This record gives sequence, structure tokens and C-alpha cells, in this order.
Amino acid sequence: MILSAYELGFRLLNERIRSVNGDVTVYDCFGERFIGAGASSKTIVINGTPGNALGMYLDGATIIVNGNSQDAVGDTMNDGKIIINGNAGDALGYAMRGGIIFVRGDAGYRTGIHMKEYKDKKPVIIIGGCTGSFLGEYLAGGCIIVLGLNTDDYPAGEFTGVGMHGGEIFIRSSKPPVNLPGQVTAGIAGEEDICRIKDDIQEFSEVFNIKTEEIFSKPIYRLVPNGKNPYKRLYMDN
Amino acid sequence: MFRNISGCAISGVFSKSGRRFSGKLIIDSIAAMHERSNGLGGGFAAYGIYPEYKDCYAFHIFYDNESAKEECEKFLASHFDIITLSKIPVRKIPQITDEPMIWRYFMVPLPSKLADSQLDEREFVVRCVFRINSTIDGAYVFSSGKNMGVFKAVGFPEDVGRFYRLEEYEGYCFTAHGRYPTNTPGWWGGAHPFALLDYSVVHNGEISSYDANRRNIEMYGYQCMLKTDTEVITYMIDYLHRKKHLTLKEICTVFAAPFWSTIEIMPYPEREELEYLRNAFESFLITGPFSIIVGFDKGIMALNDRLKLRSMVVGEKDDMVYIASEEAAIRVIENEPDRVWSPKGGEAVIITFEEGTE
Repeated sequence: MILSAYELGFRLLNERIRSVNGDVTVYDCFGERFIGAGASSKTIVINGTPGNALGMYLDGATIIVNGNSQDAVGDTMNDGKIIINGNAGDALGYAMRGGIIFVRGDAGYRTGIHMKEYKDKKPVIIIGGCTGSFLGEYLAGGCIIVLGLNTDDYPAGEFTGVGMHGGEIFIRSSKPPVNLPGQVTAGIAGEEDICRIKDDIQEFSEVFNIKTEEIFSKPIYRLVPNGKNPYKRLYMDN
Repeated sequence: MFRNISGCAISGVFSKSGRRFSGKLIIDSIAAMHERSNGLGGGFAAYGIYPEYKDCYAFHIFYDNESAKEECEKFLASHFDIITLSKIPVRKIPQITDEPMIWRYFMVPLPSKLADSQLDEREFVVRCVFRINSTIDGAYVFSSGKNMGVFKAVGFPEDVGRFYRLEEYEGYCFTAHGRYPTNTPGWWGGAHPFALLDYSVVHNGEISSYDANRRNIEMYGYQCMLKTDTEVITYMIDYLHRKKHLTLKEICTVFAAPFWSTIEIMPYPEREELEYLRNAFESFLITGPFSIIVGFDKGIMALNDRLKLRSMVVGEKDDMVYIASEEAAIRVIENEPDRVWSPKGGEAVIITFEEGTE
């Protein structure tokens, strides 16, 4: 089914998307919110600029955006896939707990804030370009990969990993990360670490037609919290 | 269940070549963010709309009643040469109700009165604005610049635009605001933009430092009486730019100063300058989430708080610059911009006329 977002407005558009059994193509999209919220079993292709909270609570469906997205894409997403053929706004993958998000270009501030994992639920975000500050803020689980394919500089802003206490962040850069918070350790990713993310990177390279040799042509740093309970000293022993 | 999904919306459009265009464009832009407002305030600032009176101060005034108007006009006549005055033309629509009397005056200060005051002309005008707003009950000057005007009301911004027939005005710069008041009343005077002389501010956010900023600016003779935090930003810009002669870039550094930890690792002399600005203008630091668009006679400025707790996107196409809370509000009026980007938190975006523009 093909739907004009601009004509329908966000409420009707989302009602129509929910009521359709098959795949959906949305065009003329100018900031309509909540597209694909909670969707579990279809592919939604969006041409334009989807509004905030695209694919929130997504539960297995696939969303493909031909354009840039706005803020809070994949908010509390549980399963499925979001592919952005452009840039993403702030708070991408906010509190995400499963599924995968690919962004071709840049992402804004607070990418992957409050992301978490549990048993086999392990969310993954891969950014082709750069991110703003507070990357992986309060990260509790899952994996964020920043590739910086469009820059020779370090591809993340300031205050990466503030409050991070789980999960891992990979940053591809010829310059090492600086000014990390005390509870985060960075080092060149080992072979085992790369092995764990290889399949996701392979898929990313196929989706956007980027050669994997290019991706692996620079060092990849891995950031993890140092110790099981990095905030232990903040609490009383009892 | 009613779930509030709002948050204010701001938008701005500026032609670097000074080309004038209809106010319809900014209405279309702000309307795309309808969901960010709740109908309790909308407004516009428009620059370059009064070329036939470009040397006059254009006062836009709300009156609650006839006696306020009489008293105010008496005051105006004794301080200004009133070139012309009229009701601001509006379109009666069901979405906008309970409007006050809305009048417009094109004026120049009376030479004798100005000379007696021993003030420069702009300071004279500012003092008159505060005098009316603080002493004449039921009169409120909400616009006082040259060749520009503010149009605001209680309602959704696109309705406010239609109410004021904004599409009939042509200007080189427009800013807009859709309001979702959080902890202050939604009333006509409290709608954005807030303006003084040709400075106007639209603001999305909530200033945690409001009271500290207010106490500080009141020491310099500015009275905050509009029950909302954005007012204080306008006065701080007027004070720092017009009186202290700080550049707009320096003002952005004062408002959204980098953290000390960031300043510490900067090279000299940049570090020295930042330390000076943070120390000298400490009480002008704005904390809490904000994105603002400032209009002034020569251009447009945009700024995010240093943590970037509000979204803001900038777009460019030929001589046009677009700034909005959401990229969609730019795309809806220019779907193929040459460039679209999100400025960093605390990064000043200042755009002025191209060289040679009159």
C-alpha cells in the first residue's frame, strides 16, 4: 500500500499503517510522528523526513528511510531493523533493548542513551558518519559502532560514555579517544571483539554498498566500563 | 487517555540578499510542527515589512480598554512625533478569540524631548517602552523596532498568522513560535516573540537560571513583568549588544558558555578569552534546555544550550537560510536545500546580509 503522510497527518497515517497486513510505502513525509510504532511484521519504506519517535517500541518490523530522520528514532525498540539512508537526529535508539539500527550518515547528540541488554536481547546501532556529544550516555548494554567514514577527525563529540556501566562502544578512528570519563577504558579492539561485530558490519556494508575493506582500513577502538560495578564507590557497603 | 506530546516549536527564514518575500512561507513552516504547540500562544517577528516608514519606530501595542489607550496615546504624543497610527488589520477567525485592541504607531522621538533627556535615541525609546509597560495599566508595547514588527496572540501559530494576515506582508526575515507553556500562563503578552527595539527572540525550552538572570538584569534597569522566561533573554541581548557592545558571537559564548573542563584544554588565546567572558558575565549564563532564534536588523542568529537538550536544524539554499526545531519544517518549504545540518550545543549560528546588500 502507498500512503501520503502529508495528506493523512500522523494520526490517520499510523492508523492506516497498523491496519494494513502487507508492506507499506510512505511518501511526502514532513515530520509525521510515531511512524511504525510497535510494528512487528512488515516492511515500511518512507520517502521524506519522518517525524520524531520513528519506530518507537518497534517489535520486529523493518523500516527503511530514504532521507534524514529526526529525533528519538527507535525509542525503546524491542526487535526489528531501522535503516536510515541519511542522517539521524538526537537520542537515536533511546533506551533501545533489541534489534538493529543502521545510519548511513551522521547521528546527533546522545546516540544510544540508556540502551540495555538482557540474555539474547542485544541491541546494535551502527553509524556510518559521526555522532554528537554524549554518545552512549548511561549505556547499560548492547553495542554502538561509529565508523566516521566521512571524516579524518575523531568521529564523536565530547563526553562519550558518561555514566556508562555496561555494553560496548566501537569507534573507528585514526586518532585515539580523549577525555573519557574515569570509569570508561578504551583500547584497540582485539580480534575476538571484531569477530563479534563482523556479521553486523558485513550487513551494514551490503545495505549501503560500502566496501568492508574501507571500514577496516582504520583502527577500531573499543570502549567499555572498567569493572563490573564502576559506581561502587558511590554506594554504602551493607 | 490524553497524552501530551508537545514541546515548543521555533522557525526562522532569512534572505541573505535582502530579497523580500511573503509571510506565507513562515506560516507554512511553523504549521508543519503543529503537534509541538498546544494552542496557547503563537507569534511572528517580521523584518523589512515597513520600508515606507523605515526611519520610524514602529510600536505595536495591545490595549485592554479604551482608557488605557487614551492614557498611552497621551504619553506617546508628549514624547514622539506620531507620523501615522492605525489599527493593525486582522482577519476575524473562530480560532482566535478575546483579542485586545491592537494598534500600530509609526513615530520618531520629539527632538526637544530627546535633547532634554540627554539620552541617545535608542535608549530614549527603550525607556518609553518600559515606562508604558510598567505604569499604564492595560497597555503593553510588544514591538518597538524600525522596519520590523511582532505579531502574536493566543492560538496555534498558523491561526495567529492568518489572524494577522501575515501573508500580506513582505519582508527579508521572519521568525515564528508555536507555544506550549509549561509553568507560566498562556496570555497574549506572554506569546513569543519578545522584542525590544529591533531585537526579537523566539525560544523553545525552559530556563533553569531564569531567576538568577532576572535578578541580574533588573539591576541594569530592565523590568521583567511578562511572567515568562524568554523575556529575560531579550533584555540580556539588548544589554550586552547595545550597551556593552559585545559581538553576537561573544553573547552566545556568555549565554551557553563551555564547561570549565572544556575551557581548560583549549589553546591560548582562545582559552583566555573564554575565561574572561565566563568570569565577567557569570550572571548572564543561561542554564537549562533552550534553542533560540534571534532576529535583528542585519540578520538572524540561532543558539542551542550547551548540552543540546533541544533540537535545532539549519538549512541553506542559494540566498536563503532556514532554521527550525525540526528538519521537516525546513523541507516543507524547501525540499531540496543545498545543505542541512544540526549545530552543536552552544555553537553560535550568526547569519548576516551578504556584502553589498542595502
